[in-house]
Amino acid sequence: MTGLSFWSCGQASSDASLAQRKLVVVMLRGAVDGLSVVVPYAEPAYADSRSSTALAAPGAEKGVLKLDSRFGLHPSLARLMPFWDQGALSFVHASGSPDSTRSHFDAQDYLESGTPGRKSTADGWMNRLLSTMPGPAAPTRALSMGATPQRIFAGAATVANLGLGPRALDAKVIDEPRMQAALEKLYAQDGNMARTYKATTEGRSEMKRSMANGAMDAGADKGAASAGSFAADARRLGNLISKDRQTQLAFTSVGGWDTHVNQGGALGQLANRLASLGEGLEALAQGLGDSMKDSVIVVLSEFGRTLRQNGTGGTDHGRGNVIWLLGGALAGGQVLGDWPGLDARALVDGRDLAVTTDFRAVLRPLLQGHLGLGEAALAQVFPDFSGSLQGKLLRSA
Amino acid sequence: MITRRQVIAASLLPLASWQTASGQATAPLSDQERALHALNRLSYGPRPGDAAAIASQGAGPWLEQFLASQLEPSKLALPQTLDQRLQGFATTQLSQAALIGRYREATQANQAAQRASGPNSNDSDTAAALTKARRELVRPVLVEASSARLLRAMDSPAQLEELLVEFWFNHFNVFAGKGQVAVLVGDYERRAIRPHVFGRFRDMLSATARHPAMLIYLDNFQSVAPGYQPPGRQVNPNAARLTGLNENYARELMELHTLGVDGGYSQRDVTELARMLTGWTINYRAALSGSQGDLFVFDPGRHDRGSKEWLGQKVESGGKSEGEMALDLLATHPATARHIAFKLAQAFVADQPPPALVQRMAARFTATSGDLKAVMQTMISSDEFWQRESFGSKFKTPYRYLLSTLRALDVSDVQDIPPLMQVLAQAGMPLYGAQTPDGYKNVEAAWMNPEALAQRVQFSAKLAERRASRTANADGDTAVLLGLPMFTAATRASVAEEPAQLRTALLLGSPDFMHY
Repeated sequence: MTGLSFWSCGQASSDASLAQRKLVVVMLRGAVDGLSVVVPYAEPAYADSRSSTALAAPGAEKGVLKLDSRFGLHPSLARLMPFWDQGALSFVHASGSPDSTRSHFDAQDYLESGTPGRKSTADGWMNRLLSTMPGPAAPTRALSMGATPQRIFAGAATVANLGLGPRALDAKVIDEPRMQAALEKLYAQDGNMARTYKATTEGRSEMKRSMANGAMDAGADKGAASAGSFAADARRLGNLISKDRQTQLAFTSVGGWDTHVNQGGALGQLANRLASLGEGLEALAQGLGDSMKDSVIVVLSEFGRTLRQNGTGGTDHGRGNVIWLLGGALAGGQVLGDWPGLDARALVDGRDLAVTTDFRAVLRPLLQGHLGLGEAALAQVFPDFSGSLQGKLLRSA
Repeated sequence: MITRRQVIAASLLPLASWQTASGQATAPLSDQERALHALNRLSYGPRPGDAAAIASQGAGPWLEQFLASQLEPSKLALPQTLDQRLQGFATTQLSQAALIGRYREATQANQAAQRASGPNSNDSDTAAALTKARRELVRPVLVEASSARLLRAMDSPAQLEELLVEFWFNHFNVFAGKGQVAVLVGDYERRAIRPHVFGRFRDMLSATARHPAMLIYLDNFQSVAPGYQPPGRQVNPNAARLTGLNENYARELMELHTLGVDGGYSQRDVTELARMLTGWTINYRAALSGSQGDLFVFDPGRHDRGSKEWLGQKVESGGKSEGEMALDLLATHPATARHIAFKLAQAFVADQPPPALVQRMAARFTATSGDLKAVMQTMISSDEFWQRESFGSKFKTPYRYLLSTLRALDVSDVQDIPPLMQVLAQAGMPLYGAQTPDGYKNVEAAWMNPEALAQRVQFSAKLAERRASRTANADGDTAVLLGLPMFTAATRASVAEEPAQLRTALLLGSPDFMHY
């Protein structure tokens, strides 16, 4: 899990190019079944453990889409295969948190605080990242999409907030100058609210300006699913990131992965969720447009699910999962990570895929090589952690 | 070593202004402030009538009477308008079987529409038929349950009871977006939660464990002994083929409902508890035959008869009694007392509740075998509840913000509830719509962000505008709000300088009103 990766030799890109780099994190809340996302079809234990939920090998009807001799992608994620073929999609299998909790809520908390096992950490790692990234601060440098605050962005640095739905940036009362003058005075009494208020007005005016700047392509939402879908929101997010030259960090989350019952295989509940997620990631990439070449999208989830399906056609809480990496900045087309196998002896507690790569060992080299963080900054984002995934994650340093 | 005298001497140095500030920060709440604090924390916020009652009775006597009555909700009669409104919600009178019957009917209509559509049909027709069945059969049940909840929260004089219904529903959360739970959330709240909020924790635990909404939401109704062979035809055609355990409920029962995540159980304990709870299921045959009663049944055929070892003790095979024993043990476990005390204190006192208070509430929980009224009494009579640090320190959730706004403007008996449901959904807090079993958080960090401010200011301004357009007296609402006790002199002064048509929205958008 440790080791020297090639970019730690250090030649950073020019500052101008660093400022174009983007990192988008998509968190799948509820623990997606990673063994159904990147399927170890070559392992006999896989099909043996899943009588009604195993996916067929590549080439078979409704079989997985072949990634390499060991792994295949869920057929519902076919939209992502062009990225794989172009070298813009990688996976890190058997990855996750070193903390062994099978509580959704603790595990998500650790993934977002960046300090597994330590509950007292008040801020989130993406907020620490925002405060330590090289380059000047800006109101929309980091963007959180969704109605509510996200743990991963908790902290001192100001994060802009994009609401959900097509009307998120429509004119609101809070955008009116007369109202703003009055609210600014009102909120001056209360430090925390004053800060949030400033983030509201500055963020909204920046985002509106960016979106007005070369208005959205007429056809941008064409072909997308319903306006309220994740795909539509993701496309908007991508578009905003690419138009606002200041935005470098973004986060959003998608729920509905806790498939204890009737998970399904190539068709069914999980297949449907994955299809809409795949559509969303494709839309995000389309929204990013040219910026996709400077982007890394990380998709991760709090833990994986049991190897064996349970008594109700689903899977229960497990350990190791797969991290998805999408973007033009990647040296894609690889399933990375140290695959521990599914033999009885390799399973944690006799039931779960082991975690052989700490999620921070995937993120740390990305922050270093892609966003240009130095050692001191890295130590702030992920304190007391220095691991780094073996292998070439990024296309170039 | 610094002596106490030196500390005192040092503290005297900065003189007057410092002393004043410090004095204010620790001074006990005045009677007026205590009355406001009680309305903020033990109701969904002051109404104009409350301010009038405090003025006429005096804050002290008013408070004494208010606190006593809130702990005896059965003596507080519902206003006639509210009572009649609640009686009019026909689906709230339906049995569990009838509710599930409606859901089944909608599902069958969907399937019929899909069959009829065939491969060449117009997709939008099919989709329309699908949504029509849901719209006519399922949606009204959810809307009536939501209406009952919101109208009671607005207008019931037993406000603490309503807060506790919200709290305990959230503690034992179920999600209306999961299958049949859509039609059962109201029944769940009425039968499993509401009757017990001033009763015994063990009774509520038992009622939630048996309610079809929980059995479906956390899958226990389908969890069976490994190797189980269903007798004859499956009664519920939508059920998965059952072959063994599902540990979803067993885990959340310990992690969320009782012991808490650090309550000292292992993965093995989760699996063993799931085995003990096999057979706790829903009687779908009774549902089909239109039973009027509860649909919970213990099915010995599904139960894992093997011996178990759970939380360090051997569990003899005993059928249903294994689950009962587990609920007994969990309900009286010290970790449960701590977990419940912490959550109540966090919801009612402070985001970071004082540890000494949590400890006393936990001790009271244990001493009274989980008497929830006694625990609330301990909390309400504590110094910590009334300390100045706690006063106005919590940030309202979207739910509380909505309700406190309506109450402050004396809105009652709202006829059209779905727009209110929409406000909550947009704010990320749909009623009965928390997808995960931990429910919604009630701390500032979970709710204060730019989108929340933008939405709240929008809601307040539009509400003020609509109301002003309907009355000749556009300043009426501003005057009503200024009659309430929560606005500081600074806020009043700041708002007074602004144009009249902005004042109502500014008061509702002020830090004073966003906090409680």
